Amino acid sequence: MSTHDRARLDGEDAVRFVAKNMRLDLRLIAGMIAPNTRVLDIGCGDGTLIEHLFRTLGCDARGIEIDMKEVTRAVGHGLPVMQGDADTDLRHYPDGAFDYVVLSRTLQAVERPREVLRQMLRIGTRAIVSFPNFGHWRLRMQLLTTGRMPMTATWDRHWYETPNIHPCTIRDFFALCEAEGYVVENWLAADDAGRRSLWRRAARLANLFGEQGVFLLRRGVQERNRI
Amino acid sequence: MPELTVAYRTYGTLNAARSNAILVCHALTGDQYVAEPHPVTGKPGWWDAVVGRGLPVDTDRYFVVCINVLGGCMGSTGPRSARPDAPGELWGTDFPAVTIHDMVRAQKRLIDHLGITRLFAVVGGSMGGMQVLDWAAAYPDAVFAAVPIATAAYHSAQNIAFHEVGRQAIFADPEWRAGRYWQTGGRPSRGLAVARMCAHITYLSEQALARKFGRRLQHVAKDPSEAINLFGEMFEVESYLRHQGSTFVNRFDANAYLTITRAMDYFDLATDHGGDLAAAFRGTPTRFLLVSFSSDWLFPTAESRAIARALNRAAANVSFVEVETDKGHDAFLLDEPDFHRTLSGFLSGCAEHAGLPR
Repeated sequence: MSTHDRARLDGEDAVRFVAKNMRLDLRLIAGMIAPNTRVLDIGCGDGTLIEHLFRTLGCDARGIEIDMKEVTRAVGHGLPVMQGDADTDLRHYPDGAFDYVVLSRTLQAVERPREVLRQMLRIGTRAIVSFPNFGHWRLRMQLLTTGRMPMTATWDRHWYETPNIHPCTIRDFFALCEAEGYVVENWLAADDAGRRSLWRRAARLANLFGEQGVFLLRRGVQERNRI
Repeated sequence: MPELTVAYRTYGTLNAARSNAILVCHALTGDQYVAEPHPVTGKPGWWDAVVGRGLPVDTDRYFVVCINVLGGCMGSTGPRSARPDAPGELWGTDFPAVTIHDMVRAQKRLIDHLGITRLFAVVGGSMGGMQVLDWAAAYPDAVFAAVPIATAAYHSAQNIAFHEVGRQAIFADPEWRAGRYWQTGGRPSRGLAVARMCAHITYLSEQALARKFGRRLQHVAKDPSEAINLFGEMFEVESYLRHQGSTFVNRFDANAYLTITRAMDYFDLATDHGGDLAAAFRGTPTRFLLVSFSSDWLFPTAESRAIARALNRAAANVSFVEVETDKGHDAFLLDEPDFHRTLSGFLSGCAEHAGLPR
């Protein structure tokens, strides 16, 4: 889809596009989670993922969500969700309380991404992080050709009002994991249609063609000793 | 105390497995008449928007028990009860100080008596919420789900202060007679009414008072001999508070008011567990739903959030919702669709986990 095509999308199409991406995102995350485990989903929205994990995998899945309307919807649907903030509320959980701590499409919007990751791997044995890849060729192309901040369906807000204050690329994330001593147990990149082709195993190509990255992390030995 | 009476009401049917019981805990001036007309005032049950057929606490599905608290005046043992050791005497001010935990222990005796080993849920707002927290801390295996609403893990200095103003109003009434008003057949109605008026302000919010009454005046016949008619006119909010005060004294005993407000003031769950609230819930199997209301300044959202965080520290299963409303602390008793949807959904979700039949 070219830049011009995207500009023609009306509101309804844009919403559908995002929703499709969301489902893909959650499906990929669910594929990394073992049955009957304890899961915390940070930024769980209306609780779609935790309901899926409970019903299909028998997980003890819980959620934190910052938006009270979403929390009310989730709890009213019978799901264990509490209103809270990824930046401030993770420190209240004890070490190793969960097998997986999930942060889907939220890392780029938190105030201190590195601290949030540390907390995730303190309270969980493993962390699953998904984020929109700022290294995608379309964004690079827009910046190169127009000299302006890129705008796509995923990155759809102006620089001065975007909640995505910490965008990163797939390679940036690999670098952070290395610096922090996290072990990347599994990772994948997906394009906007959810196709997973040959490039998904090569970080540089994934960084160019992957619309989003999904990472399964665990603490490295060093990191564990430090904690 | 050689013997204890607990007065209670039930609604719905206990199933064969005795697994569908919900205990509803009432607030400071509530009683066991949660979902039926009050025998004294004739008014509808105090939570008839929440408890009943097809309502969030659905009596078609759950067996609901509501118990008059220890120290109350609607049938359970309290200051208005006869003293077993002195025929013809009432307990009055000699009634022993009780705590929220004492109330809960008395309730546990009844629940045991009913043959219920595990309550499906314990639900309550305000002082009822304190009892819910105490139940979950004291008997974690007997509480599958806990819903403390508009409450706190301890009574704040500001709340104790308001209670003290109310108590002083009772003491200042000439009819108080050192607490032995029952001997002469009188009662400190003026003092108790003022206590209720003062407390009632704390149950509302500035926005709710402005919306309901504003600065509107109403005229009354001027009569300098009656303080009530001194100015020949009164603000509607004054009239409302006076009405709240005067109707309250018909159904409540001053000594019971003192006993129960004191029990709330003493409540501090963390102190009972070495100063760490999380320690009260360590390893708890109970599923929690905490609800607060945005305009509640008596038990503000921060207090519920503090409980939620303590439950997080204890790795408990906790849901937490703040309901947006301008109705203040009273909101938990009123028609709040978001709150009712949340409570209903939470209980249904828990019923699924508990394996209750639909």
